[in-house]
Amino acid sequence: MQNSDLEYEYLEHTADAKFRAYGKTMEEAFENAAVAMFNVMINTSKVDCIHTEDIELTAPDIDDLLVDWLSELLFIFEVDFISFGKFEVKSITQEDGEYKLSARASGEEIDLEKHEIDTEVKAATYNDLKAEETPEGFMVQVTVDT
Amino acid sequence: MEEEQEGQGGIQESLKRIDDNIWEIPIGTKPGMNVPGRIFLSDKLIHNLEPEALDQVANVAMLPGIQKYSMAMPDAHLGYGFPIGGVAAFDEEEGVISPGGVGFDINCGVRLLRSNLTVDDVRPVMKELTEKLFQSVPAGVGSKSRLRASDSELDDIFLHGSRWAVENGYGVEADLEHCEGGGCIEGGDVSHISSKARKRGKPQAGTLGSGNHFLEVQYIDQIYDREVAEKFGLEEGQVTFMIHCGSRGTGHQICTDHLRTISQASKKYKISLPDKQLACAPAQSDEAQNYFRSMICAANYAWNNRQVITHWTREVISDIFRSDMDELGLDLVYDVAHNVAKLEEHTVDGKKKNVYVHRKGATRAFPPGHKDVPQAYRDVGQPVLIPGSMGTASFVLHGAEASMDISFGSACHGAGRVMSRAHAKKEFHGEDVKSDLEKSGIMVRAAHPSVIAEEAPGVYKSSSDVVNVVHDLGIAGKVARMMPLGVVKG
Repeated sequence: MQNSDLEYEYLEHTADAKFRAYGKTMEEAFENAAVAMFNVMINTSKVDCIHTEDIELTAPDIDDLLVDWLSELLFIFEVDFISFGKFEVKSITQEDGEYKLSARASGEEIDLEKHEIDTEVKAATYNDLKAEETPEGFMVQVTVDT
Repeated sequence: MEEEQEGQGGIQESLKRIDDNIWEIPIGTKPGMNVPGRIFLSDKLIHNLEPEALDQVANVAMLPGIQKYSMAMPDAHLGYGFPIGGVAAFDEEEGVISPGGVGFDINCGVRLLRSNLTVDDVRPVMKELTEKLFQSVPAGVGSKSRLRASDSELDDIFLHGSRWAVENGYGVEADLEHCEGGGCIEGGDVSHISSKARKRGKPQAGTLGSGNHFLEVQYIDQIYDREVAEKFGLEEGQVTFMIHCGSRGTGHQICTDHLRTISQASKKYKISLPDKQLACAPAQSDEAQNYFRSMICAANYAWNNRQVITHWTREVISDIFRSDMDELGLDLVYDVAHNVAKLEEHTVDGKKKNVYVHRKGATRAFPPGHKDVPQAYRDVGQPVLIPGSMGTASFVLHGAEASMDISFGSACHGAGRVMSRAHAKKEFHGEDVKSDLEKSGIMVRAAHPSVIAEEAPGVYKSSSDVVNVVHDLGIAGKVARMMPLGVVKG
C-alpha cells in the first residue's frame, strides 16, 4: 500500500530510470511524474520558477498522453535549455475518444554554474507504462531512457 | 548435450542449453512465440542475466514474420521492448519493422582511429590531451556544437551521413571507405522528420552527448591474431582513439515521433503485442516505411556526428604533437552501428532472402568474403569494435564465418550493465572513481562527477567475458585488446 504523502519513488532498473508517481488526482500524478523525471536530470529544488510555459496536448489514450507530456517537457529542456521545477496540470479530460491535457510548467534557463546536470534523459518510453486509479488515488509508472 | 537451468523460477526454468554458449527458450514457453529464443552466454555470464530480459527475448519471438530465432547477445540486459543486445530479422514481405528493435539512440555506435604514436609518446601529455579533447569536442547535457547546420545542410546530413562531413572538410575519402556502409545508408527520406527532431538535431551535430558516450585514448596491450591485426593496421603498444556516440536528440525524437504512429498501426493491422514498447507495423506498410526511412536519416546523422568529432580529435592530436594527420597515421580503422535496422540478404532454410535485421545493442559482424566488407578487409572480415567500460579493456574482433549462420551476421556491442545508474551513484562517488582511475594511469575528464560514478567500471560485466563468448561461438574472432589511457565523458 502506498504512503499517501509519497509523491514519487524510484524503482530499480539496470539501464534506465523507472519511477512511480502518485496523486489524489490523475493531474497530480502527472505533476509528480514530471518532478520525478526532472530530478533524474537536475536538482529541481535549485530551480527558480521565473519562466512559465503553457502546454496543451491531445492524445488517443491516457498512456500516450503521459508519454507526450514528459516528451514535450524534455523537448523544451533540450531545445530551449530550460529546466522546470514546478508543474501545474490544470486538467486532464476525455472528450470524443481523445484525452486532453492543459498544464503550466515553471522553471528557468539552465545556468551550468548554478545547476548541476546529472543523468541525461533521452526519452520517455512505453515500457511497463501505467496510468491507473488505485484505492489511494492515482498512480503513474514510467521508464525513461537514460 | 541438453540440460536445464534449474531452480531459478519463471522463464529461466524453460532455458535449454544446446551448446556450450547457446541457450534456448523453446517455442511455447510463452504463448504466441513464432520461433525459439536464443541467448548466447557462457557459464560465467548466465547468472547475470535478468529474467525480465529473457522475457523480452520471448516477446520478440511473437512478432510476425520473425526468422529463425529471437536472439540476445552475451552483453544482453533489460531494455524496453527488445532487450539491449537483442537481434531479430524479419521477412521483407511477411515481417514487421519495430522502432523498439532499434532504440531511441538510433545508430549509437563506435569508431576506432589508429595512430603512429606509442604509449610512451602519449603518457607524458595525457593530461593536456584529455583536457584539449574535452574542450574541442562538446560533451555533456546542453553542450552545443561549433558546427551550426542550416536547414538544407541538415537535409544533406540526413541523406548522406559522413559524406557531408568529408565534403565539407571534416575528413578524408578514406574515412568513408573504412566505415560500415561508407558512413551512410541509402534510401533516407526527410519528409517524415518532425520539426521537433530538426530543432533538436541542428545544434547537436558534432556533440558527444552524455551517459555512456565517450572519447577514449587507448593503447593496444595485446594482439591475439597477428595476421588480422596487420590487415587492420594494429600492433602492440600503438595508441588508438575510440569514439562512442549516436544520433543525439534528433534520433531520440525520431523514435518518439514514430512510436506513436507505429503504435496506432499495430492496432490498425491487428498485431497483438505483449508489450506496448514492441509496437511494430507490417514491413511494407506506409507507417513502417516512413519510420524506416526516417530512421535511416537519424543513422546518417549519427555517422556524420562521429565523423565531425573525428576531425576535431585529429586537430587536437595534430596540435599537441605538432604533426599533420598523415604523419601521425590518424586513419579510421572502422566504424560500427549498434542500434539500427537494415535490409540485408541472408540465407534462411537454404534460400537467400531479404530481411530487416534489427540490431539493438548489437554490432554487425560480417565474415570474410562478404560484399559489404571494405575491400581492404574483405579477406579477413569486418572489424568488430567492442568498447569496455571506463577503465577496462576494449576489443577489436573480426567478423567470422559462423556469424551468418548463428546470428544474422551480428555480435555483441559492449560489456553490458549489471547495476542501475541510481544504484551506481549510491555505491560509487565520482571523485573517488576518478582518483582511483588516475592512480592506475587513466585520466578522466567529465562534464560532471556523477557521470563518472554512473559509468564506473564496477557497474558493467567484464568485457573480456563477453567477447570470449562471441569468439568461442565463431561469430567474431579476437584480434586486439586496448587499455584506456584517458577518457572524455559527457
